[in-house]
Amino acid sequence: MISMRSMTIGAAAVLAVGAIGVPAIAQTPSNMLIIAGQIDDITTLDPAQSFEFSGSDVSRNIYGKLVNFDPSNLDAGYGPDLAESWTVSDDGKTITFKMREGVKFHSGNPVTAKDAEFSLRRAVTLNKTPSFIFTQFGFSADNVEQTIVATGPMTLQITTDRRYALSFVLNCLTSTIGGIVDSKLVMANEVDGDLGNTWLRNNTAGSGAYKLGSWKANESITLISNPDFYLGAPAMERVVVRHIGESATQRLLLEKGDIDVARNLNPEDVAGVSGKAGIRVDSELRGRLMYIAFNQKNEILANPKVVEAMKYLIDYEGMKNSFLKGQYTIHQAFLPRTYLGAISDTPYSLNVQKAKTLLAEAGYPDGFEVGIIVREAQERLEIGQSLQNTFGKAGIKVNITVGTAKQMLAVYRARQHDIYLGAWGPDYPDPNTNAATFAVNQDNRDEAGLTGQLAWRNSWDIPKISEDTLAAVVENDRDVRAKMYESIQREHQKVSPFAIMFQKIEQTGRQNNIKNLNLGGAITAVSYWVVTK
Amino acid sequence: MGKGRRQSPFLPALYKGGKTLATIAVTMLGLLFVTFFIGRVMPVDPVLSIVGERATKEIYDAAFLELGLDKPLIVQFYYYLRDVVQGDFGTSLRTGFPVSGDLIRVFPATMELATLGTLIGVILGVPLGVLAAVKRGTWIDQLARVIALIGYSMPIFWLGLIGLLVLYGILGWVGGPGRLDIYYEDIVPTVTGMILIDSALDGNWDIFQNAISHIILPASLLGYYSLAYISRMTRSFMLEQMSAEYVITARVKGLSEREVIWNHVFSNIKVQLITVIALSYAGLLEGSVLTEIIFAWPGIGSYITTSLLSADMNAVMGGTVVVGLVFVCLNIFSDLLYKFFDPRAQ
Repeated sequence: MISMRSMTIGAAAVLAVGAIGVPAIAQTPSNMLIIAGQIDDITTLDPAQSFEFSGSDVSRNIYGKLVNFDPSNLDAGYGPDLAESWTVSDDGKTITFKMREGVKFHSGNPVTAKDAEFSLRRAVTLNKTPSFIFTQFGFSADNVEQTIVATGPMTLQITTDRRYALSFVLNCLTSTIGGIVDSKLVMANEVDGDLGNTWLRNNTAGSGAYKLGSWKANESITLISNPDFYLGAPAMERVVVRHIGESATQRLLLEKGDIDVARNLNPEDVAGVSGKAGIRVDSELRGRLMYIAFNQKNEILANPKVVEAMKYLIDYEGMKNSFLKGQYTIHQAFLPRTYLGAISDTPYSLNVQKAKTLLAEAGYPDGFEVGIIVREAQERLEIGQSLQNTFGKAGIKVNITVGTAKQMLAVYRARQHDIYLGAWGPDYPDPNTNAATFAVNQDNRDEAGLTGQLAWRNSWDIPKISEDTLAAVVENDRDVRAKMYESIQREHQKVSPFAIMFQKIEQTGRQNNIKNLNLGGAITAVSYWVVTK
Repeated sequence: MGKGRRQSPFLPALYKGGKTLATIAVTMLGLLFVTFFIGRVMPVDPVLSIVGERATKEIYDAAFLELGLDKPLIVQFYYYLRDVVQGDFGTSLRTGFPVSGDLIRVFPATMELATLGTLIGVILGVPLGVLAAVKRGTWIDQLARVIALIGYSMPIFWLGLIGLLVLYGILGWVGGPGRLDIYYEDIVPTVTGMILIDSALDGNWDIFQNAISHIILPASLLGYYSLAYISRMTRSFMLEQMSAEYVITARVKGLSEREVIWNHVFSNIKVQLITVIALSYAGLLEGSVLTEIIFAWPGIGSYITTSLLSADMNAVMGGTVVVGLVFVCLNIFSDLLYKFFDPRAQ
C-alpha cells in the first residue's frame, strides 16, 4: 500500500534531484572547437554527391583538392593544394597537374595521381547532382578514361572539350566535388559497383586537416585532427558541431561559455549578445542573393520601362534596416561581392516619383494588377509584403501567392508566374556559376526546357548577352575576364527583368579567444585548421 | 452419457493471444496505410529533397525511378509493406542511414525523457490530486487547480526557454541543451541508448551526474504537463468514489479518515489511474517536438517532424510504426495491470 508519507518522500526526492547543480564551465577546452549550428541539411558526406552548405563545411576540412583557397587570403583566389603546380597546353584544352609529394591519406596510403584520376572520374561517372560542375567541360562517363588520365604516378592530365578560361576550370576544381578520395580505401568498400558511394555517405577517405570522428545525423558531427596534415597539425584537435535549431538556445550556450561559436543567431539574439563581455559578433558576406524576376511572357512586364519603374519601387534601405537588419546587405548585381568580376554599383533606390513617371511613359499611369509567387519562408514573406506596399504607392496592385517550395518551383520552371520572389546561391566559386543562369538563354522556346537557367525561366530572350557571357568563359586573362563580367552586369542591371536586391551576411557569435575562424566568405566553406584559441 | 472431450486449459489463452496479435496487426496495417497515403499527397517532393532544386531533369528522373515513384501507389505500398515485414524500413532520404538505425538512436532519447517526465508527473500529480479531493473547496484545492491550469495553458516553448534562461543561464543549476555537455559526448559506450543507464553501467558517475543535470529540466517540464493532467483526473476519480455508499459505510464503521481514503477510495481508483498514466506516458513517448527542439534533444518527435517536412516518408513511416507499437504495447500492459489490481477483470 502506498501511503501519503511515502508519496511525500518520493516527491521530495524528485525536487532534490532537480536541485543538483552543475557548476558552469566558463570555457571550452583549449584544444577543442565547439560550434552550435544547423546541420540538418547534411544528407551525405560523399564529396561526389554532397551539395549542401553543412556538407561542404565538413568536406572542406576532410578532403584535399588539386587546387584550393587559402583561408587566410581568400581574395588571392585558388592556389596549389594536392597539386603543387600545373601547366596548360597550347590549345588551352589540356591541363597537366604535378601532384605534391609526401602527402598521405588518413589511412596512411600515399596521395597519388591515380587517386586524383579515380576521384574526378568517379564524380563524373556517379552523375550525382553536383556532377554538372565537371560535365560542363565535356567530361562524361563515356570519355573519362581518355579525358582524365594519370600519365605518371604524380602527374594528372585533364582535357576539356574546348578551350576554357583556366580560372574557370580551376575554380570548379575547388568545389566540394573536387575532393580527392583514397581510391584503395573507397574501392575496398564498393558495393554492387557503386564506387563506394554508399560507404562514403557516412565514412570518409580524405587527406585533409581533419578526419571524421562521428556523424550523428541531425545531432552532431565530430572531426578529429590529422596530425600528419601536410600543412601542419591543426591547433584544434577536436571540432564538434552540434545541431541546435533554436537561435535563442545557441545564444544561451554561447553566453554560458559552453560553445565557442554560434552560427545561426537571429537579429534579436545578435543584438542581445553584442557588447557582452567575452563575446563578439563577426559578419561575413555569403553568396546567397535575394531577387525578384519579371516574367517576360507577361505583356506588361515585358515593357522595359515597367521593369525599370518597379526596380525604383523597392524599399532596399527600409528592408535592410528593419527585418533584414544584419542578415542581408543591399546588392544589385548577379555576382556576389568577393567573386571575380563582382561590382558594387547600386543604381536603384526607392523613388516613387520616378517610378510613376516611368509607368506613365510606359502607358500605365494608374498602375496595373500583378501577382508575385513566394515560398513560405519568413524573410521572403516579409519582403513580399514590403513590395506589395511600395508597388501600391505607384498604383500597382500586387497579389501574393504563398506556397511550398515544390509548388512555387513548379510554377517558376513552367514559366507561369508574373513575378517570382526568390533566392539564388552560387554552385561553385567561379563567376560563370551565376552568369550562366542570370545572363544566358540560348533558346527561349518553351520546348527547350532550360529550367536550370533563370533567364529562360523568365522568358528573357537574349542572344547577344548570352554570347557575351559565354565569351567570358573562354577568356584566359583573369583581369580581362573580370572586366567582361563587370560590363555584363552593368548592362544586366539596366535591361534585365531581374531586380537583384540583397546579398546574405552571416553573423556569428564567437568567444573572444577564437582566432582565425574563416567561414569561407561567398566562395567557399569554413576552415577549422587555422583556428587557434 | 459419454464423457465430453476435455478442453485444454491453454486454448482460451491461445485464443486470446491470437486475437490480440490479430488486433495489433490490423491496427498497424491501418496506421501504415493511412500514413503512407497521406504522405504521398503532401505537397512536398521527395525527389527534390534528395537531388536539390538545381538538379538536371536527367538526375531528377533517375532518382524518381530509384525511389519507385513511377509505380502505382498501391504497388508502392505493397513493396513497402513487404520490406517492413522483413524488418527493413528502408533508408532515410534525409540522413542517408537505415531508418531502423536512426530509430534505435532517437527512440531511447525520447524514452529516457518521457519515463522521467512521467515519473515526476505521477509522484507529484497523484498526491496532489488526492489532496485536492480530500480538501475539496479549501485553499489547497484552489492551489492545485491553479497549478494544473498553468500546466495546461502555458506554452511549453515559453516555459522551456524561461526555464533554460533562469535555471541554466542565470543560476547555473542545471545543464544546458543537449543530453550531455559536448565534451562528454562519445565517451560512454552505447548499450541501451539511454545515457543515464549507459553511464551507470559504465560506472562513469561524472557523466551520469552531467546527464542528470541536462535531463532534469526538460523532464520536469514534461512532468509538469503530466502532473496537470494526472492531478485533475485523480481528483475527479477520488470525488466520484468519495460520494459512494461504501465510503459512508466505512466511516460509520469507525474507520479512520486515512484508512477510508487510502484503503478504500484510492484502491478503487487505481484501475482508472492506470489508464490515465498510460495515456500520458504514451503521449510523451510520441516525443514532444517543441521540448525536443528547445532542448536540442535528439528524440523521435523532432525526428518524425523534420522528416515529414522533408518528405522523408521512409523515416516518417518507421517513426509512425514505433509510435503505434508504443500505444499498442502500453494498452496491453494496462490491461495486464487491470487484472493485477482488479480481480474482477480476470
